[in-house]
Amino acid sequence: MIEIIAPALIIGLILTAIAGPLGSFIVWGRMSYFGDTLAHSALLGVALGLFLSLDPIVGVIIVTVSVAILLSTLQKQRNISSDALLGIVAHGTLALGLVLVSLREGVRVDLLGLLFGDLLAVTFSDTLWVGGCALLLAIVTKLIWNPLLNILINSDLARAEGLAVDKIRMVYMICLALLVAIGMKVVGALLITALLIIPPAGARRLANTPEQMALFASLIGMTSIILGMLASLQWDTPAGPSIVLSACLLFSLTLTRGSQS
Amino acid sequence: MTTPIVQLDDVCLSIRGQSLLNHINMALNPGEIMTVIGPNGAGKSSLLKIVLGLYKPSSGKRHIHKRLRIGYMPQKLQIDPSLPLTVQRFLALAGNPNRPDIEAALNDVNALQTITRPIQSISGGEFQRVLLARALLRNPTLLVLDEPAQGVDLHGQQELYQLLASIRDKRQCAILMVSHDLHFVMARTDQVICLNQHVCCSGTADAVANHPEYLALFDQGIEKDFAVYTHHHDHHHNIHGDVVKDDTHSNNNCSGHHHD
Repeated sequence: MIEIIAPALIIGLILTAIAGPLGSFIVWGRMSYFGDTLAHSALLGVALGLFLSLDPIVGVIIVTVSVAILLSTLQKQRNISSDALLGIVAHGTLALGLVLVSLREGVRVDLLGLLFGDLLAVTFSDTLWVGGCALLLAIVTKLIWNPLLNILINSDLARAEGLAVDKIRMVYMICLALLVAIGMKVVGALLITALLIIPPAGARRLANTPEQMALFASLIGMTSIILGMLASLQWDTPAGPSIVLSACLLFSLTLTRGSQS
Repeated sequence: MTTPIVQLDDVCLSIRGQSLLNHINMALNPGEIMTVIGPNGAGKSSLLKIVLGLYKPSSGKRHIHKRLRIGYMPQKLQIDPSLPLTVQRFLALAGNPNRPDIEAALNDVNALQTITRPIQSISGGEFQRVLLARALLRNPTLLVLDEPAQGVDLHGQQELYQLLASIRDKRQCAILMVSHDLHFVMARTDQVICLNQHVCCSGTADAVANHPEYLALFDQGIEKDFAVYTHHHDHHHNIHGDVVKDDTHSNNNCSGHHHD
């Protein structure tokens, strides 16, 4: 029993720990649809992995990172609203992924697992690469933290003060793409954005500084993993949705606390 | 002869085929105050962005002094309420997290009382001064202000201009600002540039005010569109605020209008 639960628990905790700070920027910058687009495109990554006979996660990383780069380049084009652009990329890549999977005859794809995660299928070797990725993400996030806050506040001001705005944004988007790739394993493509948004939203009322908000977001996310997995074991419910529901529950608890500022 | 800290030589800017600035020449010397005026769409903000290096000129050259440090105060800045940020932290993000320096900068702009407050909760006037403090924290040799007097009443403008003059005198930094008002500029301005995609005229405030191209911007005559309303009240208020009728016989104006 413990061999099944432990890797799942470790990966879940690592994911939510790093999702706290990275997800906070999604909430501050109102970019939740951007997270969704990356998650949708992850399915194309799985299809690509199948086609090239690679590990699906390699395909997912390749596609989400390329989409992140593509989006940050396309967003400079102002003829089309970035809202519509995200919709086009999200659904275009999703549709392409589904078509590619169907062309590959004789391969059974666990679509439900991709959409809603299959946390209990992870192994100890998964924890190693997830841990490595998370460490890298944590270091990069620490390095770009203050510049990214400045860009968030006003990109013209940041640029006038000498920051390489486009480069830093690009690095952040690539971080987010990697996080989505890890998150696919845990809660699946449909629910990964939930773990990026709900914990920071819950942390808002508890925090007085950006760093506190990121920290509380990580703690809320990690608690959701533990609660969700306990619930999943207790009542035999699917793990991914149970985790997201736990996060929603914790978020509503923070609403009962009076606003601080 | 001092070398200018910023100089534009024959700068043109067009974005997507639309020409915004034509053959702009200007030079700003150390410690000088320059105000750019012009009608809406004249390219004032674009000119600032060229000076700041945010836009690259389509043709022409921008020369900057090699030790130029710019403090920039943008026109407006919206911070999402989901970001928990105090004034102190906002200022620390400018690159200098020293509490004494931050206090000194806030003190310079008379906004020290805001230091621990969330930045979304301070008033518009306070926010403007906090933005100015942030620009000052960079210890600039050039302060660039985009419409600093916008949305500020006449009294507030006077205070702001006094503040800017004292900052210039104290720190010896040059100031480049855009004014939304064609008629009022800061009295201490050394140079005014009247812009309408090209430089209509430039010089001291007096020289610009008498220049035919400046006057041509108002060839309709300002008095045609504006009138002064003279109030005809039939009462005044005594020291307690009670209405006192001036003339009980003519009661036509404001008859249904009670002040109690």
